[in-house]
Amino acid sequence: MSSYAETLAENVEEQAESEDSAPETREKPEDSSDSVDELTLVEAICDGLYTEMSQDERVMALGEDIGRNGGVFRATDALYEEFGEHRVVDTPLAESGIIGASIGLGLSGMRPVAEIQFMGFLYPGFDQLVSQASRIRSRSHSQLSAPIVVRMPYGGGIRAPEHHSESKEAFFVHEPGLKVVTPSTPYDAKGLLTAAIRDPDPVIFLEPKLIYRAFREEVPQESYEIELGEASIRREGSDVSVFTWGAMTRPSLIAAEELAEDGIDCEVVDLRSLSPLDIDTIVDSFEKTGRGVVVHEAPKTGGLGAEIAATIQEEAMLHQEAPVKRIGGYDAHIPLHALEDYYLPQAVRIQDGIHDVMEF
Amino acid sequence: MIHAQSGLHEQDEHDRLQILDADGNVHPHATVPDLSDEEMLAMYEALVLARQFDQRAISLQRQGRIATYAPMTGQEGSQVATSYALDEQDWLFPTYRDHAAKHVHGRSLSSLLAPLRGHREGYAIPDDVNVMPEYIPIATQIPQAMGMAWGYKLQEQNDRAVLCHFGDGATSEGDFHEGINFAGVFDVPAVFVCNNNQWAISTPRERQTKSETLASKADAYGVDSIRVDGLDPLAVYQATRAAIRKAKDPGPGESRPTLIESIQYRFGAHTTSDDPSVYRPEDEPEYYRKRDPVDRLRGYLESEDILTDERQAAIDSRVEDRIEAAIDEAESLEADPDDIFNHVYDEMSDRLKTQRDELRELREKYGDDAFSEVLE
Repeated sequence: MSSYAETLAENVEEQAESEDSAPETREKPEDSSDSVDELTLVEAICDGLYTEMSQDERVMALGEDIGRNGGVFRATDALYEEFGEHRVVDTPLAESGIIGASIGLGLSGMRPVAEIQFMGFLYPGFDQLVSQASRIRSRSHSQLSAPIVVRMPYGGGIRAPEHHSESKEAFFVHEPGLKVVTPSTPYDAKGLLTAAIRDPDPVIFLEPKLIYRAFREEVPQESYEIELGEASIRREGSDVSVFTWGAMTRPSLIAAEELAEDGIDCEVVDLRSLSPLDIDTIVDSFEKTGRGVVVHEAPKTGGLGAEIAATIQEEAMLHQEAPVKRIGGYDAHIPLHALEDYYLPQAVRIQDGIHDVMEF
Repeated sequence: MIHAQSGLHEQDEHDRLQILDADGNVHPHATVPDLSDEEMLAMYEALVLARQFDQRAISLQRQGRIATYAPMTGQEGSQVATSYALDEQDWLFPTYRDHAAKHVHGRSLSSLLAPLRGHREGYAIPDDVNVMPEYIPIATQIPQAMGMAWGYKLQEQNDRAVLCHFGDGATSEGDFHEGINFAGVFDVPAVFVCNNNQWAISTPRERQTKSETLASKADAYGVDSIRVDGLDPLAVYQATRAAIRKAKDPGPGESRPTLIESIQYRFGAHTTSDDPSVYRPEDEPEYYRKRDPVDRLRGYLESEDILTDERQAAIDSRVEDRIEAAIDEAESLEADPDDIFNHVYDEMSDRLKTQRDELRELREKYGDDAFSEVLE
C-alpha cells in the first residue's frame, strides 16, 4: 500500500470510529451483521453485484468479456460461474447494442448493469444514453423509465494505451435525466453501486481504475446503500475546502496532510455523486472556510470545476474570500504515459493551488 | 465472392483460398503469385522480422520497458502479405495489432515502439509514408477508410486504393456496417481486411455472430467478398493483390470494393494484460499452429531452393541487428512536457499557452521529480 492509500485508509477508519462527526458517510447496514471482508475497490464492486444479483433475480450484468473472463479488470470475477450465462452475459462487441439492449431489458422489467470496457470506448453507445436512456422518463411522463446502470472504468495514471485514460464525466453530468456517481473507497463502491442498481433512473457508475487495487477496506457482506446525491467529508478543516472525487481524492488528502504542517487546515470533500451534486454540503463547507479549490482529472475548460465554482458564486458569494481555484487536467488530450504524470493533478500542483487561494 | 476472372479461386476443402498446404507444399491446382525470388525472400524476411519483433516486444513489456502490447504471432503472415500487395501510393488503416502491416508499408520499427514507451510522436507520419496512426476504438477506421477511398475516386486519382484492417469483433459494431454499406453505394476503391483471429478478447467467433462466415456480411451490402487462409502468406497476397487491382481498375461488371475475410488464429494473448488460459483451452489452436505462416513460407522457399541455410543465417542476423537498433532508438526518446500542449489546434489557444506556462513555472519551482509522486 502506498503512503497515499494509507492516509486515505486511515482517514476512512477515523470516520468510522467517529460516527457523530460524519454519520452520513458511514451508514451501517440495518441488519447489523458483523460479517465484513477486507476488499479492494474493484472487489467491492464485484461484491456489490454479487449481493444484488443474489437478492433480486431481475438484476443481470452484460458487456464485453465480463462472463467467462470475469471482466478485463476482474470486476465480474466468478459471477458467470455463480449466476450463469443468462445473467452474466458476454455480448457481441457493440457498445450501442449493449446500452440500447439494456434500455430494452429495463423496459421489460429487468435490472441490467452494463459494463463498458473503458470510458474511451463508450461513444458508439453515447446516442443511446443521451438521446434515449436519459429521456424515456420525461417523454413518457414517467410511465416508462430506464432503470439501468452503466459501469465504466475511467481516468488516467495506469500507463495505459491511447483512449484508455480519459475522464469525461462532464458529458454525462451535462445531460438531464442521467445520474453520475464515482466512489473513492471500497466501502462507497459497494454502497453506491447498490443504490445505483436500485435506482429507477439511469445511473452512470464511473470506476476510478487507478485505485481499483490501491488499498483494502472493511466492506460488509450484507447489502447497504449509500444514497445517491450525498457527498462525504473525508477530512474536516477550517481554512479551505477542496472539492474532488474518484482517484483525485488520494492526492488531495496527501496535499491536505502536507499543508497541515504549514498550518493550513484543509477540508476535503469527496463529492461521490456528480449528478445530482450535493449542493448543501458544498455550500456549507465553503461558508465555513470561505476558500475553495476543485481538483479533477478532466480538462479544465467545461469541466465540473466550473459548475462547482459557479454554484459557490451563486449560493455563497458573501462568504467568499478568494477566487475558487480549479486544478484539473489541461485543455489537451491526456498524453501517452511518458507525460501522463505532468497532465494529471499531483499533490504538488494541488498544494501549490491551495497556497494561491490562501495567499489571495 | 470474387470468381475466376479476378484471378482468385476457392480450392480448398475449408472454403477458403489456399496456395500452400500445412507443410508449405503448393496445392496441385494452385497458382503461385508472380513474385521474383528476391521478392519472395523479402516477404519472408519481413515475416521473420515480425515474429522476432513480437517476441522481443512481449519480453520488453515483461521487463517494464514498454507498456501494454498487443501480440501478433500467428497473424503476421497475413499482415505482411496484405501490405506487400499494396502499391506505394496506397493508404493503410491499421489497428493496434497490425505492427507488421505498418512496418512493411513504411513505418520504422522504432516508430512502432515509441507509443508503447509513451511517446505520441510514434503516431506522426513521415511525408513519404501512407500509414494512418493505429486505430484503437474498434471499427472506427472503417467508415474513414471508405471516405478516403471515395475522396480519391472523386478526385480521379485512380491509381490509389485504401486498405483497412479490423478484427472479427469489429463486424459487430455499427461503424463496420455503415462503412461497408457506403463502400457499396459509392463504389469506392477500398479493400477491407477482416483479420478473423477467432477471438475478440474472450468472445469466440461463434458467439460474436450467428452468421456462418464474416465474409457473408458483405453480401448484404452488395460488396464482393472472399475468404482466404490467413496463415498462408501467398494466398493472402494473391487475394489482396487481386482486390487492389479490382479497386483501381474494375473490369466490366465488376465493382471496386472487396471484403477479405482472412482466417487466422491469435496464437497468444489479446494483449500483455490478458490471460487467455482463463477462457480458452490450451490445445485449441492445434489446427492453426500446424499451419504457422512463418514455417509454411520457409517450407515452400526451401523446397524451391530459394532459401538456403546461408541466406537464413544472413536474414536472422539482419533481423536481430534491426530490432536492436530500433529498441535503442525508441529508448533514447525523451519526453518534453511542453508537448502536451502542442498539436491540439493549428494555432495554440491563449488558454493553452497560459496552461503551458503554468506547468513550466511549476516544474521550475518544484522540480520534475515532484510530478512523479502519486502515480508511481
